Amino acid sequence: MYKLLVLMWVTATAFADEPSADRQNTLRNMLNHDCGACHGLTLKGGLGPALLPEALAGKPDDFLILTILNGRPGTAMPPWQPFMNRDEAAWLVGILRKP
Amino acid sequence: MKNTTKDTKQNIALCVFATNTKLPTMTKLLPLLALLFSFNAIADLRATGDLGIVIEREDGNALIINTTEHKRLAKIEKLGDLSHASVVFSRDQRYAYVFGRDGGLTKIDMLKDAIDKRIIQAGNSIGGAISQDGKLIAVSNYTPGGVKVFSSDTLELVADIPSDYGEGLRSKVVGLVDAPGQRFVFSLFDAGEIWMADFKNPKAPVIKKFPNIGKQPYDALMSPDGHYYIAGLFGEPGLALLDLWNPDAGVKHILSNYGKDDEKLPVYKMPHLEGWAVAGDYVFAPAIGQHKVLVIDKNTWELHDTIAVAGQPVFVMARPDARHVWVNFAFPDNNQVQIIDVKDLSLHKTLSPGKGVLHMEFTPRGEQVWVALRDDNQLVVYDTGTLQEITRLPANKPNGIFFSSRAHKIGL
Repeated sequence: MYKLLVLMWVTATAFADEPSADRQNTLRNMLNHDCGACHGLTLKGGLGPALLPEALAGKPDDFLILTILNGRPGTAMPPWQPFMNRDEAAWLVGILRKP
Repeated sequence: MKNTTKDTKQNIALCVFATNTKLPTMTKLLPLLALLFSFNAIADLRATGDLGIVIEREDGNALIINTTEHKRLAKIEKLGDLSHASVVFSRDQRYAYVFGRDGGLTKIDMLKDAIDKRIIQAGNSIGGAISQDGKLIAVSNYTPGGVKVFSSDTLELVADIPSDYGEGLRSKVVGLVDAPGQRFVFSLFDAGEIWMADFKNPKAPVIKKFPNIGKQPYDALMSPDGHYYIAGLFGEPGLALLDLWNPDAGVKHILSNYGKDDEKLPVYKMPHLEGWAVAGDYVFAPAIGQHKVLVIDKNTWELHDTIAVAGQPVFVMARPDARHVWVNFAFPDNNQVQIIDVKDLSLHKTLSPGKGVLHMEFTPRGEQVWVALRDDNQLVVYDTGTLQEITRLPANKPNGIFFSSRAHKIGL
């Protein structure tokens, strides 16, 4: 029973991590065009810094997720919390880390 | 050109002759042929004064469009990363210079529907300008920070101005515009400076620097008469104003107290000051971090009024006759356009053209406006009098729309 619960919990987490296909499209579009407005369509940077895998190496997931959700006070980076949840931000970080 | 015209006349003559013959097949064929020939002859001619360029940001294409006929004429491909592209035009309105995000500078021949020349001049750039005499093209770069100036004819490098501001630091350069007197004016985002470069002698430009103009100038504009250069500040309230009739007086900080104590709303897209609206006694500008348009008195440079709008304004543009000001917005309000009546500074109308309204461009005398809908993959054309939609054209993820009439405007 305990094992089953753990299994259910793990499965549920896995599902929560992965946004629906439809939502993934929306998030990708947001990344390309809305994030891309400052960070560049190819994420090489613009008014905002580059978001390429090598630029993000060494920065922990949590730091990046919180940056997306809460923004960076004192800079032009706004909080995206009204438009996505933590799992979706984590999924975006995963996308950014892929070469 | 004269020859072509003559050909056309001959074809028409032939056509008349042909219709008079009694051979049934010939009577049908010849006029048709003649007509085809005459179309060919006419197709050889193309005026460029009512053409424009539409950027397809994701594909890296530029569309050549005709604003009178509402037609797409050609697609010029492989221009690199155009996610923040802008365009200036040669004074003969034949060539369009496209500034790409990836440092690409492409000269398009609008008569031949072809790339005339293309160079990669930097790693990351944001915009450009053409000199008063049309002979120089200046590009503002983020990486490496600075301004590079090229011959508009050959795209050969004429001058390189690194945006050094001490201890090996180079600033991102924004808000580059042309100014009367063969000058370029631009702002240093990281350094908080405005620089004015005099190119009367292109081999030895004279640069005048204005330090401490305010924190993080993010864009700037030239007033349509070339008198004032105004930079918007992101890092602090207010704007930096340079009077080009009296540069020795230095840069004046205006509206310093506006919104100082108000909480800033998040800005999901930086406003653009290109085409910042000057209408009558007023300058209309986007507020930063507030869903308002600022109305500034041009005589005193004090705030005259604010107009509440649907979101964070991005472009605030006056119709060429300045009776109306059109405003679009940052995400998530980027499905709307609002129109302000300058007569009584009221909100005149709200339009919902579609998803992802990125840019607007008025026809030279302002009877129509073209609007780019990024997320609907469309351009929509409105009658600016009735505010009725005239037509829609397909375009893949369009962002900037630039008409060749910009060729003859200061600061564009």
